Parts: sequence; structure tokens; C-alpha cells
Amino acid sequence: MPNVMIRKNETGALLFYVAKKDMEETIASVEQDSAERWGGEVALTDGSRWYIDPISPPPSFPTTLRFRRVDD
Amino acid sequence: MSNMTLEETKALIQEVLEAYPDKARKDRAKHLAANDQSVEQSKKCIISNRKSQPGVMTIRGCAYAGSKGVVWGPIKDMVHISHGPVGCGAYSRAGRRNYYTGHTGVNTFGTMNFTSDFQEKDIVFGGDKKLEKLIDEIEQLFPLVKGVSVQSECPIGLIGDDIEAVAKKKTKEHGKPVVPVRCEGFRGVSQSLGHHIANDAIRDHVLGNRDDQAFESTPYDVAIIGDYNIGGDAWSSRILLEEMGLRVVAQWSGDGTLPEMELTPKVKLNLIHCYRSMNYISRYMEEKYSIPWMEYNFFGPTKIAESLRKIAAFFDETIQANAEKVIEKYQAEYEAVIAKYRPRLEGKKVMLYVGGLRPRHVIGAYEDLGMEVVGTGYEFAHNDDYDRTIKEVDNATLLYDDVTGYEFEEFVKRVKPDLIGSGIKEKYIFQKMGVPFRQMHSWDYSGPYHGYDGFAIFARDMDMTVNNPCWNSMQAPWLKPAAAETEATAASA
Repeated sequence: MPNVMIRKNETGALLFYVAKKDMEETIASVEQDSAERWGGEVALTDGSRWYIDPISPPPSFPTTLRFRRVDD
Repeated sequence: MSNMTLEETKALIQEVLEAYPDKARKDRAKHLAANDQSVEQSKKCIISNRKSQPGVMTIRGCAYAGSKGVVWGPIKDMVHISHGPVGCGAYSRAGRRNYYTGHTGVNTFGTMNFTSDFQEKDIVFGGDKKLEKLIDEIEQLFPLVKGVSVQSECPIGLIGDDIEAVAKKKTKEHGKPVVPVRCEGFRGVSQSLGHHIANDAIRDHVLGNRDDQAFESTPYDVAIIGDYNIGGDAWSSRILLEEMGLRVVAQWSGDGTLPEMELTPKVKLNLIHCYRSMNYISRYMEEKYSIPWMEYNFFGPTKIAESLRKIAAFFDETIQANAEKVIEKYQAEYEAVIAKYRPRLEGKKVMLYVGGLRPRHVIGAYEDLGMEVVGTGYEFAHNDDYDRTIKEVDNATLLYDDVTGYEFEEFVKRVKPDLIGSGIKEKYIFQKMGVPFRQMHSWDYSGPYHGYDGFAIFARDMDMTVNNPCWNSMQAPWLKPAAAETEATAASA
């Protein structure tokens, strides 16, 4: 369960950054992304999938959140 | 690369790898690649930030080098104690030429070396008492010191000294920050982890110190992050920003001071030059203080203009107009530089192997002079650096991560560049091979290279090296064939 820093890049896309893992990926899709809730399963552009319990109200970015890897 | 195709580059890599035993070859193959701009993510073509192979010659540093030498060392009004045996501090003293103003030994301490000089008894009985005594002595001898950082060398971690406790006690006693930095050399695979540890120490012990203090800010406050003022780099960058109408609150960390760093959370924008060594703290400030950060590049007029406009876009129209004025003001100057040196340097091939930001940042400056970068590589980069590099360099350019002495020599023999830019450890090998060489870690004792002023010096230095008459004298006169000799005299006349 790494601590992930989520921030917006210049184009407004969300970046998924894990400091010590040397990982910076763009978030492709978020399961729940509405005015009330943000979270659920998060897919990255490299194909990996991560999970976070939906947060309500949605967090303001940048922020650090704890994600879990989705095993399938 | 104009003279080599993708296949040729790949073939060259295979050929060089032939010399290794199977296991080493498999590992090294992952670190060498021919650039392919269509690759979106660098991890698909090159692996970086891995432990070097035992038995090969590597050029990397250690975590202590990353923390004391790079990030903390240039902060001029603090004393940085090399805590441990005397060598690490003594041999790295003042080597990086981080220029600063001030009276050394009175209010600035940049080129001095402070060490706890561990002896056998300190290893056996622990060195905490010695450290306490040392900090008290510093306080007594140099009352103007603004703070102390304790840079651990390997033995501190090995014997388990509690430098945090000492630091806490002494912070209280002297009322000045004493920062314990756990940058023992054995941590991580290169100096890169040292940068991270140093950034974390700044985050924990420096950044929040003035959170509750008032600060008269302007809408144009910026901080220069990751410029170490090598040969005066930060100064030649700073004047451009100030001419634009921005107020530079802090310089991290070349010619920087502790109060400047403590005030950085009050700025409106963090400008980050060396992404590798200071992105961590910028990310943290973005999260905690909502300060946006952006990377910029002050090498060569094309990139400078690009960066100035990008920086100005963060601010209002006055700044944007000022940015154009600045570019215009220096136009005549840099055009004269290009007019003078470009004809002498046009088409020359360059191979780079440095650290941090330079393997991709200086490419623009070389291209402004009509030179071509045919190979580039980092000592201690991570994937995000290569992500950025792939877009900067042409297709089929040789990329080498943590290159070994053998590989680098073989590449040079085959690619035959006209200039190599790398460190002091490579310098004499290549000079003896008859290849012009610039030491690009601290600009071969020249500089600055940043900004418009720096570009003029950069161009002069490259010309001075590439077109130096000594490269025609690599063969002893009596070994030269007679015909070549007459040709050479004719050419030089």
C-alpha cells in the first residue's frame, strides 16, 4: 500500500507519483469521479490498476493518498 | 544521429556487449539503448537507477556526495559537518565550485571543511559526545553561523550513533537549527538517494520554520530551485528573472542561505532547474503550500527564450511583455556569439555523459551552435529523466545509463565524436585518445553556462576545446608520414 502523490500536470491530467518507487504515470480513468465522490478503481496508462476507497467530498490536488494494488 | 541508423546503433550496442560474460551482458543490455522517439515510456527501452555491476568501472557517487556535495553544501551561512572519518570531507572540499558572496569563516562557510575526524575510539565508543563538542565549538568560533547540518558518513550508520538526539539537544541549546542528515554513503545505488534524503531533511527541519511569521510578499515572488551556482550559474539566471520583473526570494542552494530557504514556502512559483536533485521538495511544497512548480532550461538562447516565455505565462501581461523585452535586449548579444562560433563548430558531434539535468538540458545549447549530440547518458537518472530525454534527442541517438569505463571507450572509438562532455575521471582517458574533452560537471573550471551571459562563455569554451591546435599534434613528428606533414603545414599556414 504505497503512499501516492496525485497532482495535476500542465494539461490538467492527473499524475500518479510514488516517490521511492521511481514511478510517475498518468491516470487513465477513475471509477468514481463526480462532484461528491472520488476514488474506487484507478487505471493508469501503463495498464496497472490501483484501488482506493472513494473519498467524499473529492480531495483537492495535489495530495498524498494511500492506494492498494488491484490483484487479478 | 546523422551518420548512424537505428540498426547500426543497435548493432554497435550488441558488439560492445559481446565482451561481457553472459550474466553481466544481460544486465548491461538493459541500460543501453538507441533512442526511439515513438516510445512513450522510457522504462520500455532503458532501465535506470539500478545497482552497478561489480567489477565494472562506474562513475557514480554515494549518498553522502548527493547530500553534502550537492544539496546541502552550497548553503553558505550554515556549517556542514562531515560527521565521520576525515577523508570524505577533505577530498570533496570545494571541488564543485559553488560560488557565493560573503566572508568565508566569518558569515559564510562554503569552502571550509568541518569534520568530526573519527578515530578508532569513536567507532568503538560512539561519536555522539564528539559531535556535541564539535557543535559547541562551532558556535563559539563562528557566532554568525545560522545553523549546522550533520552529514553522516558511512560509519555513523554502521555503529548506530543517535545523531538525531544530539541535533535535537543542540537545537534547543543554541536556538539555531541543527539538522541531522542520514546520508550514509552506503544508502542507495548512487548519489540520487542522497538528494532525496537531503530533500527530506530540508522538509523536516527547515521548510516549516517560518510558517507562522509574517512576510511581505509580492505577486511576483519566485524561487530558483536546483541551481547550484557552479561558476556563477545561478547569478546569470537570476538577473534574467529579475529583469523580467520577478522577485527571486530564494536560491536553492547555490549562493543560498538558510533564511532564504525558510522563506521559500511564501513564494508564488518554484522554478526548478535540476529536476533530479530537487523535484522531491518541489512536489512537497506543491502539496503542502500549493506552490506550483515548473521545470525550465537556461542553456542556450533557444531554450532560454522558450523558458522565459513559459515562466512569464504563469504571471500577468506586464511580465509577459517584459519577457519579450529581455529576449530582445539580449538578441544582438547572442546572435553575435552564434555568428562568431557557429561557423567554427557547425556539424561537430558531441557525446555527453554527466549527471542530473545536463545530459538533456545542454543539448539545446549545442544545437544553437550547430553541433549535434550523438550520444547521451546519465550517471544516476531515474526513469522520469529518460522520459524527458527521449523527446529531446534525435532518433537513433545512443543512450547509455550508468555507462561503464569500457563501454564508454568503445562507443567513442566507434562513434568518433568531435567532443566529449563528461567528468574528471573520464577526461584524461579521452584526451590521451586524442578526443577533445570538456569536463561538464563543474564546467571545466570555467562558467557560468546558464543564461545569455553563460552562453557566450559556453560557446567560447567549446570552440577553444574543439579547435585547439594541440589535437593536430597527437602523433610524434618523426612518426608522421612525410606527405601528411606537408599537408599539415599547408593547412596551418
